[in-house]
Amino acid sequence: MKHLMLTAVADISESLRSRWFLIYTLVFGGVVVALFISGLTESRIMGFTGLSRLLVTYLQITMAILPLFVLITTVRSVAGDREAGIFEYMLSLPVSLASWFWGKLLGRFFVVFLPVVLAMFGAVAWGMIKGVEIPWNQVTLYTLFLISLAWCFLGIGMFISTLARSSDVATGAAFIVWLFLLLFLDLILLGALIREGLPPATIIGIALANPLQVFRTGAMLLFDPQLVMLGPAAYVILDNFGEKGYLAWTILYPLILGTLFAWLGYRLFRKGDLP
Amino acid sequence: MSMIQFQQVTKKFRRHQVLKGIDLEIARGDRVALVGSNGAGKTTLIRCLLGEYNCGGKVEVDGLEPRRHRTEVLRHVGFVPQISPPLKMPVGQLIAFAAGVCDSDPERMYGVSERLGLDARAIRHQPFNKLSGGMKQKLLISIALGRDCRLLVLDEPAANLDPEARHGFFNLLAEKKDKAAMIISSHRLDEVASLVNRVVEMDQGQIILNDHVADDVAMTSLLRARVELVRPSEAFAHSIGDWGFEGSDDGLVWEGQVAGPDRLRFLGVLSRYAALLRGIQLRETADG
Repeated sequence: MKHLMLTAVADISESLRSRWFLIYTLVFGGVVVALFISGLTESRIMGFTGLSRLLVTYLQITMAILPLFVLITTVRSVAGDREAGIFEYMLSLPVSLASWFWGKLLGRFFVVFLPVVLAMFGAVAWGMIKGVEIPWNQVTLYTLFLISLAWCFLGIGMFISTLARSSDVATGAAFIVWLFLLLFLDLILLGALIREGLPPATIIGIALANPLQVFRTGAMLLFDPQLVMLGPAAYVILDNFGEKGYLAWTILYPLILGTLFAWLGYRLFRKGDLP
Repeated sequence: MSMIQFQQVTKKFRRHQVLKGIDLEIARGDRVALVGSNGAGKTTLIRCLLGEYNCGGKVEVDGLEPRRHRTEVLRHVGFVPQISPPLKMPVGQLIAFAAGVCDSDPERMYGVSERLGLDARAIRHQPFNKLSGGMKQKLLISIALGRDCRLLVLDEPAANLDPEARHGFFNLLAEKKDKAAMIISSHRLDEVASLVNRVVEMDQGQIILNDHVADDVAMTSLLRARVELVRPSEAFAHSIGDWGFEGSDDGLVWEGQVAGPDRLRFLGVLSRYAALLRGIQLRETADG
């Protein structure tokens, strides 16, 4: 446990000094600031007002960019560290492979999650100062959704990093994974539904396996318990899961998926050549 | 009894066979120069020894396989790579991390760095990758030697060190020489010849020479040197200045000290200016 914590702290220290972390923090902080400046909290579009409106928009933006950021920065830094000789040196020290791998994962989780949640809580703090009503239930569930989403893509990122031997290949693979999941949000699913005449339950099943769609639908459910915005698919989801069941799915499924990929990555890492 | 055993060790990267059945035994107290050109297989062999590569055959350190018993084996191994890792963490944290995973006292590592002429405490907040090449090398040596090692694996360890630090480094190695085995990898034998009592030369994944050598040169010895020139030379002044020598006003006489194990390397530098040399004197000092 001591080695795991030492590795996690070392990884946090490395990441905090990286250029990607600065950009990453600026992006998420900048998004919140931009949403405030644009006066979004005063708008009344589609029934969302105040901080809820801002959180909905923030979550939509986060869904698009958080996975990409997590994937790209993870694979670039992990595969890049291996290429640069950091693994050769650090793994010549008597740290167990399990402590190294999972410590690195924990450290990275902290640094990818911190700016996102800080930006969100910054928005909440600003809302409190301005006297806006804070939707605490939504804020808490959003935080859990973000933890789950970040962990999921971190696990996938670690898996890709151990599989690909160079940072260029790893980056390409990470981008393809992200694009694939993004396309399966709507475009390909709708196309398949129309062209192949697949049963809606199959299409919705595929969508529910996509962590991005799970996150998206979960976020919608918080503001729209009947999922009116989702159309007929809402019936399948609510009939099979119920509202609370789907919220639990939104939190647990990406966590399990991320852990599964991380575990597979660890198995590969342990078996293969380290540097 | 051998401390390290390589038995029919092979390693292949896709179709390229890098190690072709290495058999080698190293005992405690052995100081092995592992020499060979680029691509000979030195680094791969070292990585197999550190348990970083899967390989065919058998590698054992004190009867344990490094790959299966990583922490037990590596707890007693000090490693200095040829190229410093581009770590961004501060020096203090790197020392704390290394001491933490090695169950060692960070103060010992700071102590070793002082003996190499590096005040690691003063630079503990600086990122490691912002240090000069020599400072990085001194720090990695401090981490390797600032704990109880039974095996030292050093890849071109003194390449970036100034003469004074080299002397400090040789003194540190001398303290370990009976307690530990050492593998010192280098492209050139003359760089490490005076430090070792065995030479293993590799070529294309095979050992082509495995021999014992006389180790009459005390690692801690120090030579007082005086060099006289037939005429002053700016290029010579620059080269000898790197060794910490001081010249006379007319630039014809240069005096300084050379660490005993560095004598061959020093003569190698002088050989480049053979036509300029009027006389050379090397005398072992009593305080060496």
